[in-house]
Parts: sequence; structure tokens; C-alpha cells
Amino acid sequence: MSDAYTSQELMVAVAAREIKDGDVVFVGMRLPILAYAVALTTHAPNARGLFEVGLMRDQPAGAFLGTMGDPPNVAGALWATRMSNAMALMTQGHVDLGFIGGAEVDRFGNLNTSYVGDPAKPKVKLPGSGGGADIAILSRRWVTLMNHERRRLVDRVSFITSPGHGDGSRGWRERNGLLGGGPAAIITTLCVFRFPEGGGEAYLDTVHPGHSVDEVREQTGWTVKVGATVGETDPPTEAELTAIRSRRGEA
Amino acid sequence: MSMVEAIERFVPDGSRVAMGTALEALIPFAAGHELIRQNRRDLELVGPISDALFDQLIGSGCVSRVTAAWVGNVSEGLGHCYRRACEDGVPHRLEVHDHSNFSISLALWAAAWNVPSLPTRTLLGSDILRTNPNLSTGFGMVHVGAVRPDVAIVHVQRADAMGRAHAWGPLGITEEAGLAADRVVVTCEELVDSSVTLSDPNRILYPETKVVAVVHEPGGAHPSPVQGYFKRDHGFYREYAEQSRSADGFASWLKRWVLDVPDRATYLEHIDVHALRIRHHQYSAPADFGDE
Repeated sequence: MSDAYTSQELMVAVAAREIKDGDVVFVGMRLPILAYAVALTTHAPNARGLFEVGLMRDQPAGAFLGTMGDPPNVAGALWATRMSNAMALMTQGHVDLGFIGGAEVDRFGNLNTSYVGDPAKPKVKLPGSGGGADIAILSRRWVTLMNHERRRLVDRVSFITSPGHGDGSRGWRERNGLLGGGPAAIITTLCVFRFPEGGGEAYLDTVHPGHSVDEVREQTGWTVKVGATVGETDPPTEAELTAIRSRRGEA
Repeated sequence: MSMVEAIERFVPDGSRVAMGTALEALIPFAAGHELIRQNRRDLELVGPISDALFDQLIGSGCVSRVTAAWVGNVSEGLGHCYRRACEDGVPHRLEVHDHSNFSISLALWAAAWNVPSLPTRTLLGSDILRTNPNLSTGFGMVHVGAVRPDVAIVHVQRADAMGRAHAWGPLGITEEAGLAADRVVVTCEELVDSSVTLSDPNRILYPETKVVAVVHEPGGAHPSPVQGYFKRDHGFYREYAEQSRSADGFASWLKRWVLDVPDRATYLEHIDVHALRIRHHQYSAPADFGDE
């Protein structure tokens, strides 16, 4: 079974493993919603999900979600409230892990979801921050999931919507007053990048089965930093795959 | 009051309008479509994530400024009309004041509390500080300037004729948007007797002194969901995303679903209301307001 899975399923499994039992997780949409459901049914049955619309849950929704505000996500919630209350928890350090999507990420983990090119005359106008910048600045740690393409993994983003480790210098976040610890990992369709404690540049941690370091180098817009050892990402377990596939419609 | 009259009287050209304040549910699409039919111009839209409504108003040429955290199509991605306006000036140029979800909430709370700004740690290190003139830094904090809407338009599950509105489910920035606004237009699934709303005053969103119009508009949030009433119409969002990809495609979408449709009741005849209606009800236990 382990050799028959998609790269998206592997990403979801890897993301789920970032959730520790008992964590409060700022969930978001799409793949992270699946990752949260997988974590709950495998290793983290006591993780709570917080949604910026103003919801907290301890169980995945009972039916397909197109957005976090859909009725199945509200039924059975632990808390339905206003957004500023969910943000208040995050400012107090009560959010252990956040998930953020992005169009572009750079080697310091900064995300751009606003403008490709000059903001005054953008080549592409992206939808904007949503809650992304808030999660990036205020949650204790966060991860981002992305299709591994050269145009998405760029040396430096042209616009920092959601700050990671800024200019990559040690302690950049602390010096600039950002509360949380910043990006812990970039999970892509090819590999997992991680960041050193205290900030800095992403290094290649593991490569997904069937892919190579050379392939990662080729598809990445910066000179990839490779640690002393590069492991292989653990493939999804049978339990993880079962949990993912029971909610397939949501990917 | 009819939707036509409410929009005519309370949302003139040049208004700063807060909409889509619950983010993904309760989006007042019917009110937005009436703004388009009345050819409203020079609006400033204020919102967090407004799903596809802002994109439609922008594509229709109603908007000159967007003060929001996100404009697109939540389940489908990019807002194509928003892109055309920002990238190509089609149908015309747009001024964008970028926010995050938290900072737009704070901008509205600042207005609600009648202070010039509120300090926060969010947005530190973000380039949003460079593009939005309403944000500044000092003393290690970001200062979010107040944003005071002329009008907030909200869709709710039920309201009475005096403007007492009950909404439930996650509220997003609905409360601060209405408190900050000069006036509130309520559109509702059910128009109920005041004995219903006053039986649960905790659930009333705003003081009735803020509310200038109550419009009974069942299905007024379609394709967005309404807890207890309507599921989200995912396919409708998908179809909109596909058709709005080109300016011509958007124009025909607009003609079919807005311009050639006189009112919401007629609009609903063209969708499968039966399939979208929520049938399995889960009522909360009543709260006892007894006093002696």
C-alpha cells in the first residue's frame, strides 16, 4: 500500500505529523483541513482546531467543506464567536501551530500572497493576506504547503505578505517584535525544508520517496542548502492513508 | 422595506460599505446585486474575506477603492475581476488598501470605539505596512487607523421589523462592522415578530438605533451558506470562477444572474433551492431569562 499514494497525500501526512497531541492548531483550508483530520484520527486525538471565522472544534466536520464557514464546520463546534476572539488567543501564544498557504515562498520562509511585480502596477494581483500575515506573526510556529515549482520557490519574494525569517539574519523576528517563532517547515510535493532554531535560511531536511536532491535543486529558485545528511521522507502509513481517503473530496 | 428602496435610500454613490463580514457565510449577495443593478459608482468596499461578492462589484465598475484582507473566490482561488482591475485597469483602476483579517477587524473596532487608531503586533514585518497609508508604526507597534463605514450591509437568519437582528454561527467581523458604521442595512431569511428577537437579547447584533432598514430577502446570501437554512452552493462558485476568467465571460455571467434578473425571488427560480435547503435542524436549548 505504501508505494501507491499521491504526492498530495504524502504532503497531508507530513503536515499532520507537525500537529502534536493537545496542540491548538490554526487550521485554514484545503490540505491543512485534511491534515488536521488525519492528526485527530491518528496520533493527536486531543488537538483542537481554531478557525479565523470564529470557530473552535475538536472533531473534523461531519461532511465536505468548501470553506471553513460551511454549516458542517459549525455544527458540533466547541465555540462559535467573533474573529477578534480567535485572534486574541493567538496574540496570547495559545496557538501552537498554524498553516498558511501562499503563491510564493522564499529561502527565509517569507510568503507572498499579494503582488507579483510592482504593487503599483502588478503583473499578478493575488487575493491578499486573509489571516495569513496574522498567523505568520502571532502563532508559535507554522508550516506552509506548496506545489514544488521554480516560480513558487523563489530566492526572495518581491512582497512579504506573511513574514517568515525576514532577511534571514539570526534573531530577525525577535528584533522586529514578531511574537511567534515563525516558519518551522516548508512542505512541498518533492521534499521538506526546515529552518534552524532562531531563524535563518531553509535547509533541505528530507526528500520524498522517488525524488532526488538534484531534482529539488533544479526545481528551486535558490541555491539549496543541504544538511550533512538528507533523509527520505517517511511515506504515509496505512492509518494515515485511510484517514486521508475517507475525506478525499476535501483535497 | 424592499431591497430596491433600501439600496436607493441608504447606499448612495461614493459610500464606504462594509459587506461579507462573516467571511464565508451570510454574504449579502442579493444586496450586492441590487447595487450593481442600480449602477452604483465610486464605492469603497470594506471587508475581511468577502468571498466572490467583492469581485462581482469590482467587475461591474461599482468600486473605486478596496479596503480588505482578501478578494477572490474562497473555494476556487483568484478573483479574476479583481485581477483585471488591478493589473489592466479594467473596467477601471482601483485603489487598494491591503489589510490582514485581524487588522481590518481592529480598524473597525477603532472606529466603533471612536479612537483614531488601535495598536497591535500583527503586521510587524509585513510589506502590507508599505502599501496601506492607514497603517503606521511607532513604539514597536503597528497602529491601525480607524475605518468608519457609512453603511454596513449584513445578512442574518432572522430579524424583526424594528431592526433587531439575530445571527448565529461564527460572526467574523460582523459586530465591529455594524458598530463602526454610521448605519446598518439588515437583510434576513425570516422576518419575525419582536417577541422572537426579544426572547434572546444576547443574540441581537446591534442596537436598533443603528439599523435603518430591514429587508426580508430569503435566499439573499446564495451561493454562500446560512446556518440552519442554506448549504453552500459550491458548484455555483466554480461556475462563476470559470466564466469570470475573461471580461466577456464575466459580462455574460452578470447579464444572466444580475442584470436580467429583476429581484431575488426571480433569481431563486433559476437555482435548485430544494437541493440547497438545510433539512436536518439542530436547535439550541432555550436560555431562561426569567426574573422573579
